[in-house]
Parts: sequence; C-alpha cells; structure tokens
Amino acid sequence: MQYIILAYEDPTAFETRTDPARQPAYYAAWMAYAGALREAGVLEGGRGLQPPQSATTVRLPNGKRQVQDGPFADSKEQLGGFFIIDVPDLDTALDWAARCPAAANGAIEVRPTMPPMPQA
Amino acid sequence: MPAEAARAAAETAARASYGRLLAFLAARSRDVAGAEDALSDAFRTALERWPEHGVPDRPEAWLLVAARRNLIHSARHGRVRAAAAETLRLAADEAAAGAGDDPTIFPDERLKLLFICAHPAIAESVRAPLMLQTVLGLDAARIASAFLVAPAAMGQRLVRAKAKIRDAGIAFEVPGPEMLAGRLHAVLEAIYAAYGSGWDDPTGLDPRRHDLAGEAIWLAQLIVELLPAEPEAKGLLALMLHCEARRPARRGPDGAFVPLTEQETGLWSRPMIEAAERALAGAAALHRLGPFQLEAAIQSAHAQRAVTGRTDWAAIADLYEGLAAIDPSAGVLVGRAVAIAEKGGPAAGLAALDDVPSVAAYQPYWAVRADLLRRLGRGAEARAAYTRAIGLSEDPAVRDFLGRRSAALG
Repeated sequence: MQYIILAYEDPTAFETRTDPARQPAYYAAWMAYAGALREAGVLEGGRGLQPPQSATTVRLPNGKRQVQDGPFADSKEQLGGFFIIDVPDLDTALDWAARCPAAANGAIEVRPTMPPMPQA
Repeated sequence: MPAEAARAAAETAARASYGRLLAFLAARSRDVAGAEDALSDAFRTALERWPEHGVPDRPEAWLLVAARRNLIHSARHGRVRAAAAETLRLAADEAAAGAGDDPTIFPDERLKLLFICAHPAIAESVRAPLMLQTVLGLDAARIASAFLVAPAAMGQRLVRAKAKIRDAGIAFEVPGPEMLAGRLHAVLEAIYAAYGSGWDDPTGLDPRRHDLAGEAIWLAQLIVELLPAEPEAKGLLALMLHCEARRPARRGPDGAFVPLTEQETGLWSRPMIEAAERALAGAAALHRLGPFQLEAAIQSAHAQRAVTGRTDWAAIADLYEGLAAIDPSAGVLVGRAVAIAEKGGPAAGLAALDDVPSVAAYQPYWAVRADLLRRLGRGAEARAAYTRAIGLSEDPAVRDFLGRRSAALG
C-alpha cells in the first residue's frame, strides 16, 4: 500500500532551518530519516518544502480570480515536506510517521494514496 | 452532594472494581461486549443519580445490581443472543445475591479474563489491548495511542476479538496444569507488550512511551497474587520493576538521553530494585527457569552496579546465551551482541550482530553497530550506521545523543 507522510512543522522548526547554530542538526535529522526510508526499501519519493511564507494561494470563487500571499491553512503547524512510502499496512506507515523528525513538535498526517490516474 | 464528588466516587469505584465486575459478568455470559455495555450503562446511571441521591455505601454492589438490570433488559429485547439470555439471567441473580450484604463476596474471575484475552484464537497483536480494555477499563483511543495504531483500527480489532470470544465459545477458565505454562506465557507476553509498547530496546536503555508501564506492573502483580506458584509471573514482575527503577536516571538534568551504562546509580529507585529482587528470588525458589526469569536476571546483574560499582558482563553474556537458545528474537540477539562486545571486545560483538535477522527498520541494531564500529576505529562505517540509527529513532533525545556520538568521530 502506498501512503503519503505529510510533515507539519511548528514555527520554531522553520526558524531552525536558517539558524546557523541549529541548522546542521535539523537537516541531519531529515537526511537520516530519508536515508533510513531509502535503506529500508520503502521510499517512493518526497520533497521538503520552502517555508509557508513562500506560499501563494489561488482561488476562483464564482469564476473570479483571488490570489493571496501565504499558505491555504491558517494554523500554527504548516506543511514542511512530504514522503511517499510503500509499506504493507497502516500500522507500518504509522511506525515510520512516528520516526519523522517533525513528529515530536509538529504533527504527521498519514494517508493512503489513490491509485494512479490511467494514462491517456 | 456536589457533582464533582459523585464523579470522583464513580471513578474511584471504576478503577478499583471495573475489572472484577466485568470479569464476573463476562465469565457467565461469555459476552464481553455485552457485559461492557451493561457496565458502562451502570456507570453512566451512577453519574446521573449519585449527585442527587448521594453515593451508595457500597458503590461496587450498586454498580453490579445496575449492570444486572441492564443485562436482563438486553436479554429481553433480543440484543443478546437467546442462548446467552438464560445464562445472563442466572449470572445476574448470582451477582445480586452475592452483592446483597457483602460487595466483595462475588468471586474474582479476572484471571480467567486474562487467559481469555491471551487465548491462542485471539490475534497476538490485540491481546495486550484487550487486557487493558477489559481488566483495567482503559478506553480504545488511549490504547491505540500507546500501541501506535489508528484509533478506528484499534476499535475494530477489539470489537472483532470480543465477537470471536463470544461466537467461538472460548471457555472462561484457567487452563489445567498440563496447559498452564504455555498459556500463561502468552498472558505474560501480552503484559510485557503493554509495558514496552513503543519500547524496542533490549539493553533496557529507555522506555519512550511509559504511559502503560504502571498498568502493566499492576497486572503482573495481580497474576503473581492469583498464581503464586508460577515462577515466570514473578520473573516478569521482577523484569519490569528493574526497568522501572531506572526511570529517574534515564534523562540528564538537561533532558539529554543517558544510556544504562552511564546512568547515575544513586538515582535508581532502591525500593523498586528490592521489590524486583524479592520477586526474582521467589521465582528462583520454584526451580523452573524460563525466559522472563532470564531477562530479569540480566536486569538484576545490571542493578548490581549500584552496589559493586561494576557490571559483570561475563555473567550477562552467559544469561543472554541461555535466553537466545529459548528466544532468538532480534531484541535478545542485539542484547547478546552488546554483552559479548563488553566481555570479549567490539570485534566479537560485531560478529555476533551478524546473527540478527531482518534489521532494515530495527533501530537498536544500528545504534549498537555504530557504537561497535566506532570502538574499532572504523569511522566512515560508524558514521553511516549512526545516520541509519538516527533515521530510525523516534525520540528526539536519542537522536541528539547519537548525533553527538557521530559528530565526535571527527
């Protein structure tokens, strides 16, 4: 089964990314996590995301374009990256979610993916 | 009476007697879910009525009579299978009779309930959750969190397990002498799973999720009381008490992870170590060795450091050999490799690690491997193993600890 691991990070985590003192440990943890997923043979893909203030949100209410600076959701934790993994079941996916560096201070959402779109 | 006091009284009664009431009702109806419903309705009614009418003298008896009424009601309305209805009625009468004057007169059937929960027909992964729910009355959401399972999935598994108990007609009985040891092992394993939910660390370094530790120790104590001639129950109790004794030493003042061998022994709980030693001595006196006694003996050897100032790794290695012969699990084999390394050097330990199967996602293997490679001066390989261990760690304090070790490689 394919699952997506959505890593929501708290504001401190996003600040850590650019703090010269704490940055190396931050990235080392993510690299190690991605490496462990790869070595275990479950990693299908994934990306880290630039911080939420780099986001732009587009809506078309009643056909009228509406463009906003910032992320869609106005919450403390913001999406910081994602992984797609292939594991036998949800229990195993949750084991991997708990190891994600964002789990301790942020939140990890785990969802099964839908089957790929048929190719035209 | 204020609602707060009524609620507190109901909760006290619930904690003290939930398992006994449920076991008593379920043992007669064989319908765990039906008994749970009847009891939870009784508790709900108590919370409604007690603030107005006062808390009864014997809350447990009151709850039993109320649950009895609910069971009869369910039977009349066909919510309980016809075959079970008569049994339920008898159970309810028996319960009411017993509860008349002395609330403690009804028999303690919790041991039967524990054996049901760990019955071979019940999936292994649901045995510990089932015990926690039925004997201790923990809710499914809390159990799900401790076992890192989705709450909805945990709820379904518990429902299925209870349906299986009812539909398969699993007997509410303590197994006879010829079956007892094997069946008891499954009960003890489930209790240990509750203690170690989330803790996969064979060297006794650090239980990360300790939510259920107290509950598991309570269950082990219950079994030791109910089956005083079973050495493995005492072994399990000793094992968990030894681990629990070290809780205050597992973190430094700054929250940093402290491995077992570097823990300040003065921070270990003496009363708990003494209780563990008493349990282990009681087990030894029964002259039937088993895996939990061996594990407890390993922890007892570690505890000796508080007295002698040193760790007898040769003794620990011998105990691990004995344990690995019975139970060659990844956890035991990693612990054995650590002991071999301490006794005979890191190269010997590394060779022993090769015996550990399926290690791709097993954090302790990589943490130990990294440490042994570091001590052998194989820096690049050590660094790779540390990275792997860090990527598999759940606890940020452990991640930091391993990161510092890796960085110190230079």
